[in-house]
Amino acid sequence: MTGLAWLPRAIVLGLIAFAIFGPLANLALWAAAEQWYFPHKLPVVYGLKFWHQVFKPSSDAIVSLGNSVVIALLTVVVSLALAVPAGYALARLSLPLRGLIMLAFLLPQAFPSVAVYINVARIFYSFGLNGTIAGVVLVHAVHGLVFAVWIASAAFAAVDRDLELAARNIGAGPLRTFFTVTLPLAAPGIVASAIFVFLESLDEFTGTFFVGVPDVTTLPLLMFTASVAGNYQIAAITALILLVPSVGFMLFVERFLKADVLAKVGT
Amino acid sequence: MASSRLIGLLLVAPALLAVGALFVYPLGFSVATAFTTKEGILTLGNFYRAFELYSVDIGFTLVIVGASTLLCGLLAIAIGGYLTLGENPRAVAILKWLYRWPLFIPFVVAAQCMRTFIAKNGLMNNSLVSLGILEPIQTTSLLDWRGIVITFVWKQTPFVALLVAGAMASLDRSTIEAARNLGAGRLRILIEIVTPQVLPTLVVALILSFVTMMSVLSVPIMISGESPTMMTVDMAFRINAYGDYGTANALGVLSYLMTGAVAWIYLRRGIRQGGKP
Repeated sequence: MTGLAWLPRAIVLGLIAFAIFGPLANLALWAAAEQWYFPHKLPVVYGLKFWHQVFKPSSDAIVSLGNSVVIALLTVVVSLALAVPAGYALARLSLPLRGLIMLAFLLPQAFPSVAVYINVARIFYSFGLNGTIAGVVLVHAVHGLVFAVWIASAAFAAVDRDLELAARNIGAGPLRTFFTVTLPLAAPGIVASAIFVFLESLDEFTGTFFVGVPDVTTLPLLMFTASVAGNYQIAAITALILLVPSVGFMLFVERFLKADVLAKVGT
Repeated sequence: MASSRLIGLLLVAPALLAVGALFVYPLGFSVATAFTTKEGILTLGNFYRAFELYSVDIGFTLVIVGASTLLCGLLAIAIGGYLTLGENPRAVAILKWLYRWPLFIPFVVAAQCMRTFIAKNGLMNNSLVSLGILEPIQTTSLLDWRGIVITFVWKQTPFVALLVAGAMASLDRSTIEAARNLGAGRLRILIEIVTPQVLPTLVVALILSFVTMMSVLSVPIMISGESPTMMTVDMAFRINAYGDYGTANALGVLSYLMTGAVAWIYLRRGIRQGGKP
């Protein structure tokens, strides 16, 4: 080992760290700043004044947070109810045109969604679904469905068939085998897809922007409004609230999504 | 066999119907609106207006999203390659821990981070000035199309890298070892042996990223308010300011065509592999 061989590696890793954490650090500084103006490189006055404003009962942020969580939970329920049977059929049963069916779930991710959401909003308007939680949930559920179906299918495909056959051999019916063998073994993958869908919904902006107006405000919409209005502290604090689940899942994603399942996604 | 097929179709049907009713139908509605006047007569007028008003933005959208996709791909190969072939376990572990942070960070939040970070007096320029790398007079704001590219690459690279690194990790190590024994350098192994084998995964990840970035409305609004901007902003503007569904949907159809061309690559690959996606 020559003396300075580690230096280029350390510099590159340092630059990557700066590129990744710099923007987050700037956000954190804004969240803790009471006053920050040019030419000061760091906030002039630190404090929690804006945190009190955001977290005071029945503030816009609390209402939006509640909306966001309710919508995300309902989205998980709707998309798992659709995805678990579909994923099982795609993994285990012989389906005609299986490849095309897999691709059909990719459609909502395969077309840019802004124009589609504009038209969803137009169609929902005639059903009275615009500006309702139900309308937003439907939009979120379909957008997240590809992850739910593909991950569920990969999770079922990764379950060892011999274990199912063993259960059948000792007399368990197909339904009992599914609920006592296949589903528990596929559960980590299904949980991963549920978390995926939950986060997708929690973070979704464009669909809510068109379909949720004017009555349903979620946290991303609130953050956007605050930011565009130049209210950087409020925007930074709401952004931090959104960061907690995102970063948490990122750190633990491999617990749920094992390599054997990951390798089967989309096949 | 026939009954198993029927059960299979019944299990898939609800999910397929949801996609049909809540995505395919509005998509068709969007295409139909783009080609008709308000009175329902066939026309190309909406496209003329879209080109007349927004041809610059259409070009910009392609450049921004194309450049971002390319950069994401290159960075993802570099990250995945180092994770697979890196010889210093500590550096590999640090990189593995580092690169994924933006993975699930929403675009709105990424935009808010960047909006402050790469501004003229943002933390990036302030840090460079404090370190003596830049003079205060040399600092510029990156909050224009470059800022959109930076935000997209920052947010989307971990997604591509995660899939690519996963595919690289599940490769058969024997070809890599064989090349190494023959004296091939790591860069050469990455370019000639590892990358070709993970190309299908890379292409899928990049197409998904391309479409995702084409659909983002918040980032262009928050990073670069002024023209030229991305088509998504123009669509929202036509609707919110004028209720002009014709032009907005014409722009929408153009954005479908752009991603359609990209997705065609994916489908052709699928057909070559016997219909398996």
